[in-house]
Amino acid sequence: MKKLMLGNAAFARGLYEAGVTVASSYPGTPSTEITEYAAEYDEIYAEWAPNEKVAMEVALGASIAGSRSFCGMKHVGLNVAADPLYTASYTGVNGGMVIAVADDPGMHSSQNEQDSRHHAIASKVLMVEPSDSAECKDFVKTSFELSEEYDVPVIVRMCTRVAHSQSAVELCDRVVPAQKEYTKNPQKYVMMPAFARGRHVFVEERTQKLIEYAEKSPLNKVIDNGGDIGIITSGISYQYAREAMGDKASYLKLGVVNPLPVELIKNFCSKYKKVYVIEELDDIIETHCKKLGLDVVGKELFGYIGEFSQALVAEKLLGVKTETVSFDGNVPVRPPVMCAGCPHRGLFYCLSKNKITVSGDIGCYTLGASAPLSAMDTTICMGASISALHGFNKARGEDAEKSTVAVIGDSTFMHSGMTGLVNIAYNSTNSTVIILDNSITGMTGHQQNPTTGKNLKGDPAAAVNLEELCKAIGIKRVRVVDPYNLEETETAIKEELAAPEASVIISRRPCALLKYVKHKPALKVVNDKCKGCKMCLKLGCPAISVRDGKAVIDHTQCVGCGICTEVCKFSAIEG
Amino acid sequence: MNTRSIMIVGVGGQGSLLASRLLGNVLLAQGHDVKVSEVHGMSQRGGSVVTYVKYGDEVFSPVIEKGEDDVIISFEQLEAARWLPYLKKGGKLITSTQKLDPMPVITGAAEYPDQIIEKLTNAGVEVTAVDALALAEQAGIAKASNVALMGVVAAKTDFDDKLWQDALEQCVPPKFLELNKKAFELGKASA
Repeated sequence: MKKLMLGNAAFARGLYEAGVTVASSYPGTPSTEITEYAAEYDEIYAEWAPNEKVAMEVALGASIAGSRSFCGMKHVGLNVAADPLYTASYTGVNGGMVIAVADDPGMHSSQNEQDSRHHAIASKVLMVEPSDSAECKDFVKTSFELSEEYDVPVIVRMCTRVAHSQSAVELCDRVVPAQKEYTKNPQKYVMMPAFARGRHVFVEERTQKLIEYAEKSPLNKVIDNGGDIGIITSGISYQYAREAMGDKASYLKLGVVNPLPVELIKNFCSKYKKVYVIEELDDIIETHCKKLGLDVVGKELFGYIGEFSQALVAEKLLGVKTETVSFDGNVPVRPPVMCAGCPHRGLFYCLSKNKITVSGDIGCYTLGASAPLSAMDTTICMGASISALHGFNKARGEDAEKSTVAVIGDSTFMHSGMTGLVNIAYNSTNSTVIILDNSITGMTGHQQNPTTGKNLKGDPAAAVNLEELCKAIGIKRVRVVDPYNLEETETAIKEELAAPEASVIISRRPCALLKYVKHKPALKVVNDKCKGCKMCLKLGCPAISVRDGKAVIDHTQCVGCGICTEVCKFSAIEG
Repeated sequence: MNTRSIMIVGVGGQGSLLASRLLGNVLLAQGHDVKVSEVHGMSQRGGSVVTYVKYGDEVFSPVIEKGEDDVIISFEQLEAARWLPYLKKGGKLITSTQKLDPMPVITGAAEYPDQIIEKLTNAGVEVTAVDALALAEQAGIAKASNVALMGVVAAKTDFDDKLWQDALEQCVPPKFLELNKKAFELGKASA
């Protein structure tokens, strides 16, 4: 039976059919749903780890124990997990181990546009790249076989358009291979220098074997339509090229993207007058070709930035531009915003009002950087808010300590914020850290985390007590505020900034989109009382706008949080 | 058959994912090769969102580019205007008349354009405008304006009604199925 499946759902189906028993991941767009779908199969133990490094170590442990294992993450997550990855390459596997890494060309939901293939090259592991949902499932299953055959962790490289596109998939049954025996083998698994030297020799020999495999791998396909034009491509770029060029070109579609084959590529290039390399982000295939002395054209036409499309390929290779219709008038942009009733809004309103410098982090609350709140000065990577605040304060001293805060979500704090807070306590700056505890991992679509009291399957789990944790780290001033209460929140911020020691404010209220959060009826503006002062618009609430000089509240969006009633000086907003 | 393209556009949170899944299931049941490209993550938070649905004998690219699209289904007027350049000349545009101010309009940095429906019609495309929110509210479930609009789409296309009903049953949680079916029927009847 054929089923329409998201690339990520097909990936999870591949895990199921391949007999995976342990999966550990940290959520990150566009990779999150792989693990969520995997958790729907009772046969797979699936969990959210506190971060990607932990997740990969869990998966490696399960592999060493003899089971087929998985961990998934977004491209920047692999930076966090790079430490175990580079040594997992040396230890190799026992049961097959597959890692999903989802790149985000075009940065739909990311802070950078890095190309994960660099990590595969540097860590010397096998990397494959599917181009649609059916391939997601098939490549995952093949990857487990290759992982076990070549004693190597295998990265399956996804990208937004493959992960978040649905296409037809043929379902098969689950086949669970017998768990491999675990035998003590320190030469393979204890990576101290004496043993690691031996494993490095193995890794180099393995790479040669993997290149031989890549020469004949069924994942690498030649589609020979004759003609003068050859295109070397992989993943989603293949789909763009194929749609734009159809039978007007021949294709070498690379499913194995590390290591790259040599003879296969040389033979392909020898058949066509002009060979193009079409790859999103960096010039990895192109550089490989040029090192082989092959005359190919790639980045000089297509560049290094953003997503490609069939229109781009048609324009660059055929000189074709599509005719378009246009709208007569300006269309204002519609950037993403904090939802109506978002608990982060009240906090950012207070920060904005007091013109506080904000060291920001990764999550829904990054939207606090947008107008009209504009209450964020930096966003770098997971956890950086706290550590960068410490550095900022060390550099600028007391004035900064009294006017600068870090903001970080509950899940991000668990991921890599804690160590930064340890640094603040240990190396003592008078820093103020605000943990935005909305009881869920918000941006990626409501995943549980170690503070929520539930695990990935929704079952009860141990919950980290943030107050006690911060105190145990050495922060003496820890207080909790309700961000719907603007006065309480503003007072806390002022007092903690003024305090002569480091402090943590926990801004606590569950995400307004959580199913268990009961919404109040929508608020209304009393027309006679509204003076049109637009004070309420400073909140940046998508439910409030102005029509004919008076504020109006959209009843389909308003959840009755009431913070607009706190800023209205004329009591014009009522329940 | 050649690949055909449908775009579903709106504001994050309006339910374009469900609408695209309904359509994708109907098209797959018709025996087409189908690709549906969705938006997850940050853009979902009240931003402009687009879902691409493509079908035919063999679909390659999951995305739709400017001037390639056959039909736009829009949950909001300004979004219909935004994505118009993706439509082919003479293409069909089915839009809800709902208006949601984007943040630059709320802050006063930009103005919400007026007479959008007239301007869309003058652009040389076939426009159907329906108050899908009113229909959904009439069905007793304001959140189902997406499904009401898909009812309009069903009336404007010639897929077997049974396929739509099956798709609704597959994609809508049982708890809300009856109300959604009602919204769907009201949409169909309005077209």
